[in-house]
Amino acid sequence: MNRQDPRFPNGLPRRRLLGAGLALGGLGALSLAGCATPGGPSIGRVVVIGGGFGGSTAARYLKMWGGNVDVTLVERNPNFVSCPISNLVVGGFRRIEDVTRGYQGLAAMGVKVVRGEVTAIDAAGKKVRLAGGGEIAYDRLVVSPGIGFMWEQVEGLQAAVAGGSIAHAWQAGEQTLLLRRQLEAMRDGGVYALSIPRVPYRCPPGPYERACMVAAYFKQAKPRSKVLVLDANAEIQSKKALFEKAFKDHYGGILEYRPNSEIKSVSGLTAKLEFEDVKADVLNVVPPQRAGDLARTSGLVNVNNRWAGVNWLTMESTAAPGIHVLGDATFPAPAMPKSGHMANQHAKVAAAAIIQLLKGEAVNPTPVVMNTCYSFVTARDVVHVASVHQYDAADKTFKTVPGSGGVSAAANQIEGRYALSWADNIWADMLAV
Amino acid sequence: MKLSPRFRLPALAATLAGALCAQGALANEMLGRNLAATCANCHGTNGQARGDMKPLAGMPADKLVAMVADYRNGNQPATIMHQIAKGYTEDQIRLIAAFFAAQKPAAK
Repeated sequence: MNRQDPRFPNGLPRRRLLGAGLALGGLGALSLAGCATPGGPSIGRVVVIGGGFGGSTAARYLKMWGGNVDVTLVERNPNFVSCPISNLVVGGFRRIEDVTRGYQGLAAMGVKVVRGEVTAIDAAGKKVRLAGGGEIAYDRLVVSPGIGFMWEQVEGLQAAVAGGSIAHAWQAGEQTLLLRRQLEAMRDGGVYALSIPRVPYRCPPGPYERACMVAAYFKQAKPRSKVLVLDANAEIQSKKALFEKAFKDHYGGILEYRPNSEIKSVSGLTAKLEFEDVKADVLNVVPPQRAGDLARTSGLVNVNNRWAGVNWLTMESTAAPGIHVLGDATFPAPAMPKSGHMANQHAKVAAAAIIQLLKGEAVNPTPVVMNTCYSFVTARDVVHVASVHQYDAADKTFKTVPGSGGVSAAANQIEGRYALSWADNIWADMLAV
Repeated sequence: MKLSPRFRLPALAATLAGALCAQGALANEMLGRNLAATCANCHGTNGQARGDMKPLAGMPADKLVAMVADYRNGNQPATIMHQIAKGYTEDQIRLIAAFFAAQKPAAK
């Protein structure tokens, strides 16, 4: 037994030493169900705020792994609408129904699904307050609030989005449909301008995929139109070579990419950059982002005045004990993307840890998370980026494994099918549908 | 019957060893469960995959271990699994394989 295993700088956990003497094939015979008898006394109450990729997965896995944990999920929307795949809706290649799923699967497995809005967290009193006045008590709280927008960084944007003249479509649902309607209404020969904020933002490849989807729509339906990508960053932020190739091979003459083009303000449908004004027929601004508003108002944001710091073994907030934060709202570990896939993985680390904490047991000292992200460059051709992140006990963070992960060799249709299957599987995994 | 101290000690030791062993196996199984859950986003909850993804539930452990090894060393061409396979240790893959082998395949 090698005691110098770099993943276990404090020595091998005891279970590995013992487990080494057992036939692994026989392990499955021992049932985990035995430690979570349905109908037995509850081991604790967990409230989950936010039914996106992080929160829904947490609710599902707390129930599935914990058995008799009381789980309440509070979500303000009646249905889950997925950001991943929603760029296909923007391009007209899928309907919004195709990326929408209900919460009935979670309810059927015993999660109490509450449609509502949490207005405040009382960390000392261990309860959350709902708009309308109700309160829900918890033993442990999961906050998965997604992103909030830094409206103050783009003058005029908040009012324009509120008024419906500009869409961000960076939270799926009505915004996705609004952008689609604007594109459909646009005259052939018009300009669609997409403004991308500086990193970090939700879904690094997402804007470039969106540019491809709109360009694919124009190519098919409005061939005289243009896609103008105004990127605040110095270069494409994910799958760079693959997107550059797609821009050139499929959308030459339609799509123009401009780096170092940070939007400062909007006026009507004009994007004002530092040195020039860009007039668009459809202006789509992805605003700069921070942790969702509830994380800020409840004191969970403690990194750069923007993100929520967490203990990666448990996803517990470094600002407030007993509260676990998931997904895009967290200050990420090195090279960890803000993605729905990653939020789902965060949720599983949290669910396992919360169950053990409720039972007074030690948490898993060696968690692993991974990410896969598929992007459509045409309606059928897809490229991926993947990474695997192992917990590093010395530095108390997740680190990507050298030599692992990577991107597609080239855009291909096999991964086009995998991308849609990925969506089916992850939606089922989080929502039990 | 009262055991003499001479007999009591080994009996106690055996009980303790048994408890520790069961605990170790359970912890190992839980680690396998947690690791396997990292696959669920594509391969379905507990390996019950939908669509074009390979179902892993009920796959014999040796088969899964060999498959991942083939991805890792390049013998089996892949779109993505050769990159993901390299992110897990062989011990972790064995735990994952043991977990999936014990899962019920999805109903057809």
